[in-house]
Amino acid sequence: MRAVDALMECLKAEGVEVVFGLPGGANLPTYDAFYDAGIKHILVRHEAGGGHAAEGYAKATGKVGVAFGTSGPGATNLITAICDAMMDSVPVVFITGQVRTELIGTDGFQEADILGMTLPIVKHSFMIQHPLEIPRTIHEAFHIARTGRPGPVLVDIPQDLSRADIPYEPVSDVHLPGYQPTTEGNQKQIRLAAKAMANARRPVIYAGGGVVNANAAPELRELVLSDRFPITCTLMGLGAFPAPHEQWLGMLGMHGTRAANYAMDEADLIVGIGVRFDDRVTGKLSEFAPRAKFIHIDVDPAEISKNVPAHIPIVGDAKNVLGRLVTEYRALSADRARLEDWWQRIEGWRQQYPLRYEDSSDSEIRPQFAVQAVYEATGGEAIVTSDVGQHQMWTAQYYDFPEPRRWINSGGLGTMGFGLPAAMGAAVGCPDRTVVCIAGDGSIQMNAQELATCSQNGIPVKVVILNNGYLGMVRQWQELFWDKRYSHVDMGSFPDFVKLAEAHGATGVRLTDKTTLVDDLKAALATDGPVVVDVRVTAEENVYPMIPAGQAARDMVG
Amino acid sequence: MGEPGTKELISLDELEAAGNLRTGRKHILSILVENKPGVLTRVAGLFARRAFNIDTLAVGPTDDPTISRITLTLDGAVHPIDQVTKQLHKLVNVLKIRDLEPEETLARELALFKLAVDGPQRTEVLQLCEIFGGRVVDVSKRSLVVELTGSDDKIEAFEALVRPFGLIEMTRTGEIAIARGRAET
Repeated sequence: MRAVDALMECLKAEGVEVVFGLPGGANLPTYDAFYDAGIKHILVRHEAGGGHAAEGYAKATGKVGVAFGTSGPGATNLITAICDAMMDSVPVVFITGQVRTELIGTDGFQEADILGMTLPIVKHSFMIQHPLEIPRTIHEAFHIARTGRPGPVLVDIPQDLSRADIPYEPVSDVHLPGYQPTTEGNQKQIRLAAKAMANARRPVIYAGGGVVNANAAPELRELVLSDRFPITCTLMGLGAFPAPHEQWLGMLGMHGTRAANYAMDEADLIVGIGVRFDDRVTGKLSEFAPRAKFIHIDVDPAEISKNVPAHIPIVGDAKNVLGRLVTEYRALSADRARLEDWWQRIEGWRQQYPLRYEDSSDSEIRPQFAVQAVYEATGGEAIVTSDVGQHQMWTAQYYDFPEPRRWINSGGLGTMGFGLPAAMGAAVGCPDRTVVCIAGDGSIQMNAQELATCSQNGIPVKVVILNNGYLGMVRQWQELFWDKRYSHVDMGSFPDFVKLAEAHGATGVRLTDKTTLVDDLKAALATDGPVVVDVRVTAEENVYPMIPAGQAARDMVG
Repeated sequence: MGEPGTKELISLDELEAAGNLRTGRKHILSILVENKPGVLTRVAGLFARRAFNIDTLAVGPTDDPTISRITLTLDGAVHPIDQVTKQLHKLVNVLKIRDLEPEETLARELALFKLAVDGPQRTEVLQLCEIFGGRVVDVSKRSLVVELTGSDDKIEAFEALVRPFGLIEMTRTGEIAIARGRAET
């Protein structure tokens, strides 16, 4: 059979339900195979949209996402999505066409060294050298993408090799001698961690996206509830612990709650689980949690002690480690009363510094109010994606996520234009759920073309644009740190998002009145097909509280 | 304190941070990699991406044709070596890494020196050559080429001594290394 037909067989064997992609010259043979392979393919309008859709699918379902692109610009258009998947540990296999082998190195038409360009931003990559390698390579790519710390894997297939005839035999095993992720945590270390936790007076559990990736939310919950441990999550970890809850401190970091950041600052023991001590969490590293000892649990050994030296490092899958940590901890029957003073201190911060904003006295819609209205209109039951900026932070602050995989956003890379295609992927992966993309008026324009994909394929994403007419987060920084010199952040009132929606075959609605917002949103959510809701919000609202970049948690402002 | 199987708890004061430490000495990493296209680029690229500085790098085959060895040296005063090796381990084509212990390691480098020496200076250079165990591999009217093998200290000592005579050019391979005795690298 043709190598491309074998490729389709491999995708089926991997359980691939859907591929997001766009054909071109170098992957024509592959697309010929798609013609009757019986694999669902969503034709995107831009490869970046396809890449982010594959990410959204992967994040919502926990399965490996798949994106296809052709050589040259098709491949380079995938780069942002590849890098995004690397930063946020998203399992996606990217399969690109490459020019014929005889043209490689000649600057042939649509030739780009995509393998070379993406070396620093892939978990691994393969360049097919011989058609016989294709089946095994595809399985290796999926294996690497989904296991250990998940991530993007690129497979680049030259056009001539993809159309060669090969004998196809199903591949049942992969053999990668240099790739053996440690998933089982060391028992002695786990026991040590339990004993340290039982002796801590001011502990904080700090959980992140690794808990979501490992499907370890139930084990995390058990650990938190095995004592009165305060818990905070990173932006990527929201939903790993069900909010709201009496032990839930809210998100930590640059726009986290004061309770969470102050608790980290005063903690004597921090239990980091599936986190990487990102600068948006630590602020000034030398002043980060100065009184704390650190237990660090992560499946990637290179994350441990990378930014903050760990006292008790535990390499392993969060589900494996947390399950056993709970058992060890319970066996110690720790004294719950020891945390009384700590909770009083935390309660004090909670009372004094709740998340708050000044609501309007007229019908004007504050962006935070809009997020709360989306929460109410969805009953907190939606999958919510976002782009990057102020709207993302307000959503993280004001939408309580009751479960993992409900909150899908671009954390590490901070990719504007992520939200809509990610919502598209999530909706394809979870057709029974309401999927809402909360976007900014700036970022939605970076991949708005995918509305056409949604309309054509009947993907009913609901896009809620918090429209303030600005690149809001940049404007906020210019206001606070650059003397209000608003340099190139004014987006004007363009485009007309209602017309934009309609031009793409979606429903467009404009909302300007706070008093009817929840009902209007409910109506929009109940509308069939893709819907764009242009919510006009206060133009110059800031995200607070805030740790100014490079400063310490106790220097929070706002 | 805190023995397994006891209920005794760990005092947090006793815990010490591990990792991310700078040793302050030169490290020789012996890295076995799959002999596949692009592997050296991945290793070198990783160093660039993580802002680790390679002092020397040597690549060659091993007794197994499917496996190559990369020997590289780097400064443990500048980089936390454990972070470097952990990042290297994440490369799928990297099979094994050994941070060679200085006392248990034989490290050798090959250097070629082209020296502008004639007349009476030649004798002096030839004496130095003999002391260092070097070999003259090319002679012309105005120059000599000396081949020298040894640790980087030895090469550098020789260089310092012959430089005043007129060093036209020098080339060094970077160190390769192997563990003494029975230990495997």
